[in-house]
Amino acid sequence: MSFDFAVIFAKGPQILAGLGVTILIWVVGTALAVVLGFLVATARRFGGRLVNTALMIPVEVLRGTPFLVQIFLLYFGGPYIGLRLDPITAGLLGLSIYGAAYYSEIFRAGYLSVPPGHVEAADCVGFSRVQTILYIQLPEMALLVLPPSLNMVVILLKDTALLSLITVPEMTMTVSAIGSQQYAFVESIVVLALVYWGLVELANALGRIAERKISKLRLT
Amino acid sequence: MTDSAISIKNVSKQFGDTVVLRDINLEVPRGQVSCLIGPSGSGKSTLLRCMAFLEEANAGTILIEGEPLGFVEGPNGRRKQTAAELRRTRSKIGMVFQQFNLWPHMTALGNVAASLRRVRKMSRKDAEEKAMAQLEKVDLAPRAHHYPSQLSGGQQQRVAIARALALDPTIMLFDEPTSALDPELTGEVLNVMRTLADEGMTMVVVTHEIGFAASVGNNVCFLDHGRLLFHDTPEKVFAAPRNPRLEQFLDTYLDRGAFLVQ
Ligand SMILES: Nc1ncnc2c1ncn2[C@@H]1O[C@H](COP(=O)(O)OP(=O)(O)OP(=O)(O)O)[C@@H](O)[C@H]1O
Ligand SMILES: [Mg+2]
Repeated sequence: MSFDFAVIFAKGPQILAGLGVTILIWVVGTALAVVLGFLVATARRFGGRLVNTALMIPVEVLRGTPFLVQIFLLYFGGPYIGLRLDPITAGLLGLSIYGAAYYSEIFRAGYLSVPPGHVEAADCVGFSRVQTILYIQLPEMALLVLPPSLNMVVILLKDTALLSLITVPEMTMTVSAIGSQQYAFVESIVVLALVYWGLVELANALGRIAERKISKLRLT
Repeated sequence: MTDSAISIKNVSKQFGDTVVLRDINLEVPRGQVSCLIGPSGSGKSTLLRCMAFLEEANAGTILIEGEPLGFVEGPNGRRKQTAAELRRTRSKIGMVFQQFNLWPHMTALGNVAASLRRVRKMSRKDAEEKAMAQLEKVDLAPRAHHYPSQLSGGQQQRVAIARALALDPTIMLFDEPTSALDPELTGEVLNVMRTLADEGMTMVVVTHEIGFAASVGNNVCFLDHGRLLFHDTPEKVFAAPRNPRLEQFLDTYLDRGAFLVQ
């Protein structure tokens, strides 16, 4: 038995299209997850006990169930409550909400890591809540929050592969379909693995640059 | 109205079931240094933090230069001030903490300039100019571009004082400003405070530095178990304490010799 990668690479344009969808969902989904997660953590921090509990429940559910189950529920269950989404929208939404649950926990830990006295000092010199978040709490938590955030970026990329199961035309779906058609399934999976790994290394490299920038700012 | 810088009326505070302040009445005179002393856990920090509304009193009122702090009395009882109202009353107050609480990601200059830029909306250049002048006052201009982690405890606390002074408050609150410092570093901080006092700043100082209270304080308040037991001039308090709890406190906790020698 010999490997034949040529038949896979012959479908270059198709693969690139799949890669494009993967990157789109990954980048936009992660960005939405970070923003939403930050908002949830901030609401839980400052919104009082009721808001905190009300938000804790969905966060725990999202962290306590498999992503695959969540996207099945969203895509196949959604229509029962009148939520009809095309695969890409469902995938993007699913990834954002799932990621947001994790990011909210990362930012929650970030808020807890800032000594209360630093916030009181800001209160005393007249900072508004938003100013305190922007100029004191976010910068102070940045170094702590960065490694788990980057980790989550990588996890979210890899989880986009599951979106093939709700027929999102992303890379896994495209490449494995090509592999089946061309009787080169194993080859297609090897290609997939290499491309995902390459993207992960790219993300890690960008992360290291960000880390260096931030630690230089802080100088501790 | 009142001539006091801070006027505290019937203030009580409890944490859960623990009563920490019991019906405190205190007038803090303008331009004077008032020292709060008392055993550990007697409520000194809590009372001081109430004066900056970092703690909410459960009952009573606190007026800063005649204006209500934190709560306003209305026809239907008291209501909490809006964030903007609170900021306005608080702007008269500068607070200095035992643990400095400098922001670690900003230089000394950045710490002092932050409120000028963000709250006063001054340009970066103007804010830093004014912040630099403030750092000069605490003798730290050469360290302006150092981060807190690169400064000694005494230097950090002087930066914190400069930061609290940046918005020109009329009242300065200090919570054991030298307790976290090595003994040889307390002097530089106390000297800065002495200068402030000489300039006529209204100051409330929670302190265990009896020497400072005796020489700089205009009046001394003794707190015990959440009650204000004694409020008088340092001479009266330290030289001939008549209250048995105060007597016991001074004997047990402090080196009274320092004052008696003077
Ligand atoms: N946030 C809080 N929650 C519960 N109890 C508190 C809180 N803050 C203070 N206390 C309690 O209130 C009491 C008074 O505390 P406070 O810090 O005002 O004392 P203190 O006179 O400043 O003491 P010290 O000299 O040790 O600083 C203590 O019994 C303390 O345990
Ligand atoms: Mg205290």
